[in-house]
Amino acid sequence: MTTTLTKPPAEPVPEPPRRGRRGPKSARAGGQMHAGPVAYIILALFTIGSLFPLVWTAIAASRDNQRLAQTPPPFWFGGNLLDKIEIAWTDANMGEAILNTTIVAGISAVTVVFLSTIAGFAFAKLKFRGRNALMLIVVGTMMIPPQLSIIPLYMMVAKLDWTDQLQAVIFPSLVSAFGVFFMRQYLLQALPDEIIEAARVDGASSWRVVWHVVFPAARPAMAVLGMLIFVQVWNDFLWPFLVLTQNGNPTVQVAVAGLGRGFTPDQALIMGGALLGTLPLLLVFAIFGKQIVGGIMQGAVKG
Amino acid sequence: MTTRHDTAAPPSKGGAAPGRGPGAPASPGEARKRARLSRRWQRDLRWSPYAFVSPFFLLFAAFGLFPLIYTGWASLHTVELTAPTDMEWTGLDNFTRIFDDEFFWNAAQNTLTIGIISTVPQLLMAMGLAHILNYKLRGSTFYRVVMLAPYATSIAAASLVFVLLFGRDYGMINWTLDLVGLDKIDWQSDKWPSQIAVSSIVIWRWTGYNALIYLAAMQAIPQDLYESAALDGASRWRQFIHVTLPQLRPTILFTVVVSTIGASQLFGEPLLFDANKGASGGSQHQFQTLGLYLYEQGWVNQHLGRASAIAWTMFLILIVIGIVNYVISRRLRASS
Repeated sequence: MTTTLTKPPAEPVPEPPRRGRRGPKSARAGGQMHAGPVAYIILALFTIGSLFPLVWTAIAASRDNQRLAQTPPPFWFGGNLLDKIEIAWTDANMGEAILNTTIVAGISAVTVVFLSTIAGFAFAKLKFRGRNALMLIVVGTMMIPPQLSIIPLYMMVAKLDWTDQLQAVIFPSLVSAFGVFFMRQYLLQALPDEIIEAARVDGASSWRVVWHVVFPAARPAMAVLGMLIFVQVWNDFLWPFLVLTQNGNPTVQVAVAGLGRGFTPDQALIMGGALLGTLPLLLVFAIFGKQIVGGIMQGAVKG
Repeated sequence: MTTRHDTAAPPSKGGAAPGRGPGAPASPGEARKRARLSRRWQRDLRWSPYAFVSPFFLLFAAFGLFPLIYTGWASLHTVELTAPTDMEWTGLDNFTRIFDDEFFWNAAQNTLTIGIISTVPQLLMAMGLAHILNYKLRGSTFYRVVMLAPYATSIAAASLVFVLLFGRDYGMINWTLDLVGLDKIDWQSDKWPSQIAVSSIVIWRWTGYNALIYLAAMQAIPQDLYESAALDGASRWRQFIHVTLPQLRPTILFTVVVSTIGASQLFGEPLLFDANKGASGGSQHQFQTLGLYLYEQGWVNQHLGRASAIAWTMFLILIVIGIVNYVISRRLRASS
């Protein structure tokens, strides 16, 4: 008995229920009615509405200024797509920007996931004084918009001489009350108390419990949270815009925003840059879309 | 297995490892060792929860709480962007200065109207969309992922595309209006059109996300509620009104709060909607939000103290909205 419980990496906690705590699929309400043609038509409209601006970004990027200053606007691809993307890549620093953003979002995602998992575990499964009060603070923190803190943060960055450096963007993005909340909600239902107790009886320290029991059990939620944080940091606009400049370590958003300036900007080039900055995330969504959707919905039910 | 719990084995498992005290008799040494292990065990149980939550709270203190409070402190000082560490006490001057500025009130009004234009249709559409997605559908995963594609698109990319689509002379939207025989609209210079255009960027990016949140909540509603409503002869529509909506109330409240906070912070969309006007939000400030106004005061006019005062004013407004929201939802719950 004990041997199986002390080596969880080989035999992790059983796959937690995907549907939340309300029970099996049959408990889904309202979803049994088959959709009629009207529903499909509305869905088709929403699909077009969601995708059209993205597709048109590519169409515009494949044209040039002259063509974009004519009516009717282009509805199909021209021949300039690769040229424009190449110019955006080299002249507008998009290559460097994508690398920078990958570094920033990657470090943030990994750190936030790690810290949120251990904190979420403590809030979900450990008893300690002040637990409820501290959890209340976490939830309250979710309601504070980051914009209210930017001025002192800006002063800090100026004082530390971090302007144009990636750590200026990384550090503030490590705070995620949402992450703690998300992991707590997940571990509450996905990690049975008995398993922790069994590990305790075996003499596992708290840290060992985290490493060998909590992490394996939390893996699906950790992956989803990591992707959500990655997307959020990748798309963050205001703060990078303030502390990074186009020529000093821009993130994708800073570089793309910089494309739009000037009085006769090359519209096709702007669209090329925008497309380039969006493609990596769209790719992630195309591959992991199902998991991301599941994660957002899972976080929502208990939210 | 004993090697596995060497760090914090409970006393009951204390092995026959050699005692550390040199030449100590076996039984007192063993007892001391047990006591030490037991103490370590107790300490671990007691303090490790704090160790697990402390990294978050340390980071939050440094990059969340401290800046928030310090913003309040800075709002009482004159601070220049070029020398952010030189602060000179001015009391409430920054606040009176802002409240005397017509552009502050203009920005507050724009934030409110853009907030309403963007949030209300967005949440209503999200609700309808969630309802449809909750049917039995072929390819339901596909639709869900597609609805989320705008959420994956950054503010910068989305805003720049919408600028082109809303272009006055060659934009797709005006071309369509022209096609169906309507007048072209100057989406950038006129007040309401520009606010609608900016709002449409927000709506486009967030409708699908909110729909998924509603959908998740709808799927959690117990089936028997619908069954008993159907037995009572309630139509589909009445079921939606009397079962679905009440069950969704906490979720609706959640999305309203999140959207309100988001709307009050609106910055990137109006900034990029007229990239050459930048922080002024259009030539007549017609779509300047409080976020843009804050940026203009702090980073264009270089008055960080005044910008801090704006930030704190926004914070207070949000708190008031939060309280009002809470009271209303309290009332609603009491009345039903």
